[in-house]
Amino acid sequence: MENFRYLKPAAIDKALSLKKELGSKARFLLGGTDLFIQMDKGFVVPETVIDLKGIDELKGIEKKDGYVYVGARVTWTQLIESDLIRKEFPALWEASDIVASVGVRNTGTLVGNICNAVPSLEGGSPLLAYNAAVLVKSSQGEREIPAADFFTGVKKTALADDEMVTGVKIPVKNGKFGEVYVKMGRYEGEDLAQAGVAVVVDDKNNYRIALNAVAPTPVRAEKAEALLSGKKLDESLAEKAAELALESISPISDIRSSKEYRLHMCRVMVKRALMASVSRMETGKPALNTRLI
Amino acid sequence: MNHTVKFNLNGSPVEVQVKSNEKLLDVLRDKLGVTSPKFGCGVGECGACTVLIDGLSVRSCITFAVEVEGKNVVSLEGLQADGPTKIQKAFIKNNAFQCGFCAPGFVMSATELIEKNPSPTEEEIRHALAGNLCRCTGYKNIVDAMNEVSQENKEEGR
Ligand SMILES: Cc1cc2nc3c(=O)[nH]c(=O)nc-3n(C[C@H](O)[C@H](O)[C@H](O)COP(=O)(O)OP(=O)(O)OC[C@H]3O[C@@H](n4cnc5c(N)ncnc54)[C@H](O)[C@@H]3O)c2cc1C
Ligand code: FES
Ligand code: FES
Repeated sequence: MENFRYLKPAAIDKALSLKKELGSKARFLLGGTDLFIQMDKGFVVPETVIDLKGIDELKGIEKKDGYVYVGARVTWTQLIESDLIRKEFPALWEASDIVASVGVRNTGTLVGNICNAVPSLEGGSPLLAYNAAVLVKSSQGEREIPAADFFTGVKKTALADDEMVTGVKIPVKNGKFGEVYVKMGRYEGEDLAQAGVAVVVDDKNNYRIALNAVAPTPVRAEKAEALLSGKKLDESLAEKAAELALESISPISDIRSSKEYRLHMCRVMVKRALMASVSRMETGKPALNTRLI
Repeated sequence: MNHTVKFNLNGSPVEVQVKSNEKLLDVLRDKLGVTSPKFGCGVGECGACTVLIDGLSVRSCITFAVEVEGKNVVSLEGLQADGPTKIQKAFIKNNAFQCGFCAPGFVMSATELIEKNPSPTEEEIRHALAGNLCRCTGYKNIVDAMNEVSQENKEEGR
């Protein structure tokens, strides 16, 4: 790995002015579980690495004015250990708990995950299904990007070179709801998703379905959602919706699985995730982390 | 860029000169003589390089040495000041390693687990150790050892 300049500012403004000055020659560092490996392999060669772990403003999970705010420094482990996330955002909790391993979750962050923006990313589907927003700052000001618009392609996001993601903002749901995240991976502990599905339902029969690892970006299954909207779920409706969800995805064959297998399994996973979400809403079961595939 | 990094290593303050691009694993092994963390995969997948940073297990092969400025770093060497720990004794009793290459990483991950959850179920043990790979044992003896630790802790009311 090339040597580089390592800076660890204590204030957001300092980090932002550095980024404005250096642009793409500088990279932000959170857990480094993506960035380190990319630098080690020579895929990215930043002149300067700006470590954000000295900035206290980027810490913490907070509920305020109908939203839950997750700061950029919040690790997967902190998400899993948060009662708020467990209670209010079980799909995000389940996704967090299945990322990599404890050793990676202790340093890796949700924000680093979405900034890296690989198609398999675990953080994408839950955020899309929640209609979450990505909070962005630069030295010129700040803006919010809807999660659905944040991902623009494989490893591409809507961020400009001088911008930093400071966190994400997730709307708190009113009334009863049920949610699920299902991951298809080959084994636990390190494997990236071959496919992932997040489902959120509420007692007014609104359904939100998002998938990862089966298109260049995480995607919402809008046609399936429209079919379901306002209807009470039963098995045959869930099957039809799952079939329709396949029209929103465009999986490829790669080292982890074939396109055909991904299509097949997405149908199975969407159906089971729908059934399990409604069942969780009505009965509290299956318990978090129950294997659905 | 060069740095003087100061941190606590296994309970003692250390100071070491590093470049920004040096890995914590290499600095521990080659500059500080701490050789229990192993280089297995170098990409965060196998857990052989696991150390605790401020009590949390971290993969030292994908951590920059500069990142540990001011932190408490503990490797296997730091756990056994008073001889083998309960976890290590259970590993020995259950033949929980063969070549032993993965063992320091397993013991570090297991130490973190037991700190957080003194009497985990087998499912919790498997979930917590899923990111540590072993090419010899087939994991059974490792899980047996951890079940024993869990049972002992339960009996001791932990
Ligand atoms: C062994 C292993 C297994 C893994 N398994 C999984 C898995 O199962 N599922 C999964 O989804 N991921 C997995 N990952 C990927 C990785 O752990 C996650 O993507 C992680 O969440 C990234 O977060 P980080 O804090 O480490 O990001 P970093 O590596 O620090 O940063 C990631 C990228 O985002 C940029 N960046 C960081 N912070 C900001 C910011 N505030 N604003 C703008 N840009 C920023 C960085 O410059 C870099 O390009 C795995 C990784 C490893 C090593
Ligand atoms: S050597 Fe660090 S995880 Fe394999
Ligand atoms: S004992 Fe040989 S790798 Fe685990």
